[in-house]
Amino acid sequence: MKSKNLSLFILVLMLTVLAVFFVYPKAPIGGYISQYMPWKLGLDLVGGSYLVYEVDMSGISSADKDSVINGLRDVIEKRVNLFGVAEPRITTSRAGENYRLNVELAGIKDVKEAINQIGETPFLQFAEVNQVEIPATATTSATQAQEFIPSELNGRYIKGAQLTLSDLGQPLVSIEFNDEGAKLFEELTRKNIGKPLAIFLDNNLISAPRVNEAISGGRAQITGINDAKEAKLLVERFNAGALPAPIKLINQQTVSASLGQDSLQKTIWAGLLGTLAVMLFMVLYYHGLGFFASIALFMYVALTLAIFKVFSVTMSLAGIAGFILSIGMAVDANVLIFERTKEEMKKGLQRATSLDEGFRRAWTSIRDSNLTTILTTIILYNFTSGFVKGFALTLLIGVLVSMFTAITVTRNLLRIFYAKDLVVKK
Amino acid sequence: MFDLIKYKNLFIGISLVLLALAFVSIFTYGFKEGIDFSGGTLWQVRFSGQEVSVPELENYFKTNFGIENLLVTAGSENGVMMIRTNELSENQHQEYVAKLQQDFGQVEELRFESIGPVIGAELKSKAIWAFILVLFGISLYIAFAFRKVSYPVSSWKYGIATLICLFHDAVIPAGLYAWWGSVKGLEIDTNFIVAILTIMGFSVHDTIVVFDRIRENLIVHRGKKLGEIINISINQTFARSINTTLTLVIVLVALYLFGAATLSYFVLLILIGTIIGTYSSIFMASPLLTYLQNK
Repeated sequence: MKSKNLSLFILVLMLTVLAVFFVYPKAPIGGYISQYMPWKLGLDLVGGSYLVYEVDMSGISSADKDSVINGLRDVIEKRVNLFGVAEPRITTSRAGENYRLNVELAGIKDVKEAINQIGETPFLQFAEVNQVEIPATATTSATQAQEFIPSELNGRYIKGAQLTLSDLGQPLVSIEFNDEGAKLFEELTRKNIGKPLAIFLDNNLISAPRVNEAISGGRAQITGINDAKEAKLLVERFNAGALPAPIKLINQQTVSASLGQDSLQKTIWAGLLGTLAVMLFMVLYYHGLGFFASIALFMYVALTLAIFKVFSVTMSLAGIAGFILSIGMAVDANVLIFERTKEEMKKGLQRATSLDEGFRRAWTSIRDSNLTTILTTIILYNFTSGFVKGFALTLLIGVLVSMFTAITVTRNLLRIFYAKDLVVKK
Repeated sequence: MFDLIKYKNLFIGISLVLLALAFVSIFTYGFKEGIDFSGGTLWQVRFSGQEVSVPELENYFKTNFGIENLLVTAGSENGVMMIRTNELSENQHQEYVAKLQQDFGQVEELRFESIGPVIGAELKSKAIWAFILVLFGISLYIAFAFRKVSYPVSSWKYGIATLICLFHDAVIPAGLYAWWGSVKGLEIDTNFIVAILTIMGFSVHDTIVVFDRIRENLIVHRGKKLGEIINISINQTFARSINTTLTLVIVLVALYLFGAATLSYFVLLILIGTIIGTYSSIFMASPLLTYLQNK
């Protein structure tokens, strides 16, 4: 029994020491680890943007919707990566019939440019051209007008693009269609031999070359681009892929980094002071028992923070607040256990037996309390979005870890150090 | 020994008065919806180039951008302004930034939030659902957890007492916030909802401790009246109810005093709710059991 206690104690102690080095950024090894595995701080602390886009699915059959939304997410992820955000988080969600894309850009400096990049649909569209005679009226003579009939071929079918220069040094964008696109392009060109084919980019007519023959093989060139810079941008965007469906920005939350830093410092200090005050209270009120509960609380803080870091839980301000609240709750189990232990000792039981009774009898209350908190945090997690989701998550993880530290670890500590002699006598 | 049951009408009376006040406050002052719920734009800007006053800025927005629905307030820091208005598109946003920078020199955007009305409406219905789920979820769990103690108090009565307490613990801070909001110009937002739900999740803890002891004493003191058993249980668990609350109060006070300013109302709301929750756990939950039992 005793050796089992001891080995558990040593294991938890080692884990705690590891956790401290792992978590504390200024520790010699911690600094090294942090290079590879930094804290993941929320947008509200490092600055950044949380964007919600509504996806226009009107032109898409219901069977294709899931693949379109996934394609959309991939495209946006590629675009954001081009922009150099370290770890963009892009998730999709559904609200009734509406499809949404949630984009989190932490630590981004130029939000405006990012929004432009994401939202810009390099919407490439090929259109057939119909010459329409406008009959002469009293004031004007007969003229010709062009009517554009959008074809099915658009940017969705592009496989890749390349920047080339024409013989005259004009920038050209060579695009390659995928199989489906190649087929459409061949049909379209065959249908329009001898006629121009209009190319629209973002609804602007950029060129309308004459089709000389049916083109198979799925390659086309876009001319009529202003300069090399614009051509390069186009190539990048085509390679990232065109958006398979139009999107609209419906929600934006942007926070500058300067606002967050100060909040972070203050809240960490508040948490530290709060933790020390709780420890002081426990020692003053429960003496020896409280001392061991405080050690268990320290282990709780170190282990929980390590878990946050290992699973790269995003630490937003609300998330840190949730964790600090969980510190205040983590000792609740100890309070319940110690009060019960005191009662049992008053009944005349020995210290070790009283402790065991305290743990045993307080368990039902602890279990029920923690389960109701877990229930609440799960509901909160599903209700909220963006910044405050972190609050529910850290609180949930905190409750789970505290069940281990406040009960198992505290009992272990007390059996080894506090009720030592009595256990041996037993 | 403190005879709680003797004074139960007094304690329940206090709760009823508080509840009534909360309802009066909610119906008189109402809740001002933040942009999370109503949709709109919240814009925090720092003017470090040249000084600008609230009416000046209001005028500037009205004349230059033609925005009528506008509320400008000065932030706590020097030169920081909060601008509340309708939802702005990203194009409008960029246009306004450019114009502001042109006219005021150094202008730094600290925060820009623009939320469409659809999202706001969704959040509102989600908030109501979350409240209902927490309220009934916890109560049903309590009824389930106490299912083995059907004599003499059946377990669903524990559930009902919990439900009433949870409602009480949620409504009183909400009422306080409504009054407070009208004085200080506070709005309800996601944080408010999170705080109320968190209060409910926490306040039930002490109730569980008391009920758990009643459950035990019903067996230990078999034959005694329910009122007596409640009195014994309350007295036995009094210290731990106070102490578990106190540890939470300690961290909340630390957060309130030293934490980030943006969290202060959130923390204060939870702090008040926690104290009210402890009151209801000790002075309301078990007397309610006797009322339910007498019927």
